[in-house]
Amino acid sequence: MGSYGVPVYFLLTHILKNEIVKPKEISTRTLELGSKYSPDFVCTPFKYTLGTMIESLEDGADILIQLGGGCRYGYYHELQEQILKDLGYHFQMINLVSGGNKSSIIKILREYPIQLRKEKLLRTLLTTKKMVLYMDKIDDYIRKNRCYEEYKGDFNRLRKRMLVEFSKCKGYFHLRKIYKKYFKKMKNLPRRQISKKIKVGIIGELYTLMEPCANENIEQLLSDRGIEIKRYTNVTYLLFQKRKLVRKYLKNFFIKYRMGADALDNIHHTKELCENGYDGIIHIKSSFCTPEIGAMPVIESVASKYQVPVLFLSMDMNTSETGFLTRIEAFCDMLEMRK
Amino acid sequence: MKKCYLGVDIGSISTKAVLLDSKYQVIDSCYIETEGNPIEAVKKAISLIKVPKEYEVRGIGTTGSARKLIGLLLDANVVKNEITAHAIGTLTYHPKVKTILEIGGQDSKVILIRNGMISDYAMNTLCAAGTGAFLSSQAKRLGIDVKEFGRIALKSKNPTTIAARCTVFAESDLVHKAQVGYPKEDIIAGLCKSVVLNYLNNVCKGKKIEGPIIFQGGVSKNVGVVKFFEEELKEPILIDPNGHLMGAIGVAILSSKTEVDKIYDLNIKETSFKTIGSECKDCSNRCELLKIYKEKELLDIWGSKCGKYQK
Repeated sequence: MGSYGVPVYFLLTHILKNEIVKPKEISTRTLELGSKYSPDFVCTPFKYTLGTMIESLEDGADILIQLGGGCRYGYYHELQEQILKDLGYHFQMINLVSGGNKSSIIKILREYPIQLRKEKLLRTLLTTKKMVLYMDKIDDYIRKNRCYEEYKGDFNRLRKRMLVEFSKCKGYFHLRKIYKKYFKKMKNLPRRQISKKIKVGIIGELYTLMEPCANENIEQLLSDRGIEIKRYTNVTYLLFQKRKLVRKYLKNFFIKYRMGADALDNIHHTKELCENGYDGIIHIKSSFCTPEIGAMPVIESVASKYQVPVLFLSMDMNTSETGFLTRIEAFCDMLEMRK
Repeated sequence: MKKCYLGVDIGSISTKAVLLDSKYQVIDSCYIETEGNPIEAVKKAISLIKVPKEYEVRGIGTTGSARKLIGLLLDANVVKNEITAHAIGTLTYHPKVKTILEIGGQDSKVILIRNGMISDYAMNTLCAAGTGAFLSSQAKRLGIDVKEFGRIALKSKNPTTIAARCTVFAESDLVHKAQVGYPKEDIIAGLCKSVVLNYLNNVCKGKKIEGPIIFQGGVSKNVGVVKFFEEELKEPILIDPNGHLMGAIGVAILSSKTEVDKIYDLNIKETSFKTIGSECKDCSNRCELLKIYKEKELLDIWGSKCGKYQK
């Protein structure tokens, strides 16, 4: 999902003795493979991950790792395991969902040949965490500034190079050095002036938000039109901040209960975006994402209270690109005219 | 020489071309069927437009679902989506309008206008039930000309209910109603009513519709649909005689605002345009590429995700 393969690959190659198969970049083929063997009405992340699993199995993987989320994603590993076994693949599946607590992770780790001693293991874990934090910080910065770049593609080129260096980093201090180097480079990139500054917040279901292949690279599209982007959802938020913040969000006037997955967060973020002067909000989800469907009417009423327009997009493998582009284009035109 | 501007709206069902003078009055217009071939339709439409001798074309704008292709072929200075074009066109002639309802061939949309600006819009997301294409295919099935549809619907005193959530199911419900023996005008009126209900329940969901309301797009020519809209919304519905041309008018206005120093020649009847589709096999995305040729010169290649073929 997105570029998070880099830190995960870093972590696994450092702690496990097994050979790690780097999954292929998500492409149209991934989705086609995934949809072919998935139930029709399951949400798109299921299809993407199943497709990636098949591609990795083809490349010779024999242990698969699946994470989980706060919605029906939590049950996906069992279904996917069954589907893949029925297809005749031989593999072992580790799921970090039901084994989400500390003791069971240690139990899993005991079963596999681990390279490191305890303190070195901890250090690797910390470096990986830091890598994710740095990546998200850089991405936030890019989202905010890419629309002002003088030469198209500057930010993307630097980001790509940074990720290559991240994957080869030797330790915590080396990582920090790389991060600082690239952050400085990005700060010094030539900028152009835009007379009308437009800011858009994008919210929605996490997988479709974070994987550019699943959302037709919407962030790039918006940047090309000279629009600043704010996105709350990233791995830093989901893994390290969400638990604390949700308690705060529950004091929000509009929310009384948790609605599963990120529905509650998105409602709160809508309010925050409206209050901070964002010109528009784009809500993206994969088709059949139940928590987000529940959140949509609330988001709409919150935004209409502040008179901020919201565009709802539902992504699937059958989404027509033309229709998608027309809606985005019209939305951007409208924001420009409202200014 | 006086200046004039051409706006072309290439929709799924019909192609509209409009010539405007600099005061935004229509000099000439035409409305023809697209028949699945936008290039030929545009050639025909433009040959039907007569530019008076004292005028010269200083801007071309394109809109509609084939806007990008035709924009490239005509070398248009503005290529805009239908929503913006419709709003701009309508606001120029009816500045007080607060809601624009638009039902076209393939899609239907609602545009809300506050303080003379677009403040919100919505477009149908899931199914084409309740659009012009649905009505015209049903008209063909019933053996009636679409243009007669509205008039026949008005005759009915008791419209039947038709399940119009989805085009396919609507059709089977329609067949069922016909087989059971409902009179034709009741079925047609039911169809018109279901278009209205489907539009209000799906597209306008959560949107505050305030008067004055204007209704546009090809379906606005259907008096039956207009009647049911008035019944449901309890507001008079404004219909512009140029309502079906509003997209083309809007984009012509936009093209006048970004005028380039160039005089366009509308003589494209003899020029041959060709498009060739192919599949890029360089990565697993397998993008569908479309190459566009003018005579033998390659104009552009579209469709790649990685941007490798971009000019």
